[in-house]
Amino acid sequence: MILETRGIGKTFGSVLALRDVSMGVAAGQVTCVLGDNGAGKSTLIKILSGVHQHDAGSYLVDGQEVRLSSPRDALDRGIATVYQDLAMIPLMSVWRNFFLGSEPRKGLAFDVAKARRVAREELRAMGIDIRDVDQPVGTLSGGERQSVAIARAVHFGARVLILDEPTSALGVKQAGVVLRYIARARDRGLGVVFITHNPHHAYPVGDRFLLLNRGTSVGEYAKADITTQELTALMAGGAELEELAHELERE
Amino acid sequence: MTMTADERVADVGMARRLLIRPELGAVVGLVVVFVFFSAQSPVFRSPAGIANWLDPAATLGIMAVAVALLMIGGEFDLSAGVLTGTSGLILVTLATRFGFNVWLAMLAGLVVALAVGLANGLIVTRTRLPSFIVTLGTFLMLQGVNLGVTKAITGTVQVSGLRRAEGFEGASAVLAGTIEIGGTSFRIAILWWILVTAVATWVLMRSRAGNWIFAVGGNEQAARAVGVPAARTKIALFMTTAFAAWLVGSILALRYTSVQANIGIGQEFIYIIAAVIGGCLLTGGYGSAIGAAIGAVIFGMADKGIVFLGWDADWFKFFLGGMLLLATLANRLVRRYAEEVKH
Repeated sequence: MILETRGIGKTFGSVLALRDVSMGVAAGQVTCVLGDNGAGKSTLIKILSGVHQHDAGSYLVDGQEVRLSSPRDALDRGIATVYQDLAMIPLMSVWRNFFLGSEPRKGLAFDVAKARRVAREELRAMGIDIRDVDQPVGTLSGGERQSVAIARAVHFGARVLILDEPTSALGVKQAGVVLRYIARARDRGLGVVFITHNPHHAYPVGDRFLLLNRGTSVGEYAKADITTQELTALMAGGAELEELAHELERE
Repeated sequence: MTMTADERVADVGMARRLLIRPELGAVVGLVVVFVFFSAQSPVFRSPAGIANWLDPAATLGIMAVAVALLMIGGEFDLSAGVLTGTSGLILVTLATRFGFNVWLAMLAGLVVALAVGLANGLIVTRTRLPSFIVTLGTFLMLQGVNLGVTKAITGTVQVSGLRRAEGFEGASAVLAGTIEIGGTSFRIAILWWILVTAVATWVLMRSRAGNWIFAVGGNEQAARAVGVPAARTKIALFMTTAFAAWLVGSILALRYTSVQANIGIGQEFIYIIAAVIGGCLLTGGYGSAIGAAIGAVIFGMADKGIVFLGWDADWFKFFLGGMLLLATLANRLVRRYAEEVKH
């Protein structure tokens, strides 16, 4: 396991946002974190990515217990987070965005030729189909933008990629594109934590599934132990769904 | 999924790629305006005529280029025009009333100008107030100081007599002199303008700082999230504008050897207009230094061209407004194209 939590918890004042959650992600594996709105998904990833500190349980990176002080700290340990609202500038070209904040230098200058070439190569290595690295990021589709952000995290040495709902705002086809890059990152040996509320997106790509409900773990399953149907039922709370079906029935 | 055989490449033709260059509108405007005036006035297209309209383009251009960088960084500076006056007034006052060497007086002006730029930058980045309001405040304050101090020292609204000051000859040759090219004398300010434009273009397109300028203007939050020093970038931009104001203020003071206390008022909008004609978006994150320089040339041409044609100078304002409207419309199209999301 590159990254692991044991009985981790977090309270905000009197609100128990997260309690007793154990999960982990290994190199070359995808761990999916599933849950409805308010299940504690975002609290969990904020702890994993160093935005919040946990106040119960333990957080281990490479088997060592850690307490991340900031997102920068997480990044330095190779834990990169790609948020839903990506840190991208729509009017800037793909290659300018790719290297923003970490521009390669040649003497005093920004090594533009290298930036262009490396961005193109990295995107191609991820199998990302960008027509032209000179086009503004704003002209890319949502899925392509996610893919560029993933490629950027991979290029800057991420070992673990935390993806916050990368497919939730996308259409079926675009979501498929992003899932393909998640698989690609996995194949390159990265550990991926994939947060989603869509079991149909999680199941095909995931190796392990952590289900959250009301701030706590409902269970962690390996792919062999669970089907999509079971995943869906568990996620929404099977009883609740049945109740809803009953309620919606014609009298 | 291969990159080579992508059927979508076809619809991003050469025309569209050119369209997203920010300078395009300005270049078209430049050609149209040049053809219009030179068709009716042979003087306009003669070397002497060119030297004549390049002169106002140069001093305006130095400012427009600096203001363009600032606007790409997402901010405005309304105090830039008055600051040219402040720098000039400090130069002439210190040199004529307090016996300063001209170079030393210029240095003092530079220090004050940079301090004003720093103050603008610090207030804007610390408080997150719109720079429009903050620099409107500095604009009014400087305007008051320019008039108040000048009146208190001289009893009039101008300071003059720089010609007699020590070091005037040298400073004047460097900043306010002329050079002969093919029998026509061109103002040396034109060289400074070209230099400023070249440096600004290099910074914007080929330096890390340039990447940061586009980023802080395009989406400051996102830029900060990937480690761009947003506050430092913006403060540096305000100080660059202040530096340009000092340069232009000094050039004008040395050229006319006297400075009116109300000089520069209203110029701040001309700088912004030139930058917008050059392709800068009012919302930041997009634009070009060369575009702003071309915008300044259009101004210079119209300013002098109207005189060459013997028209009333009032038509200049009409022309200004028309150009601005056209430029903003063109820029809106560019932005829509650049930001449209393809599915």
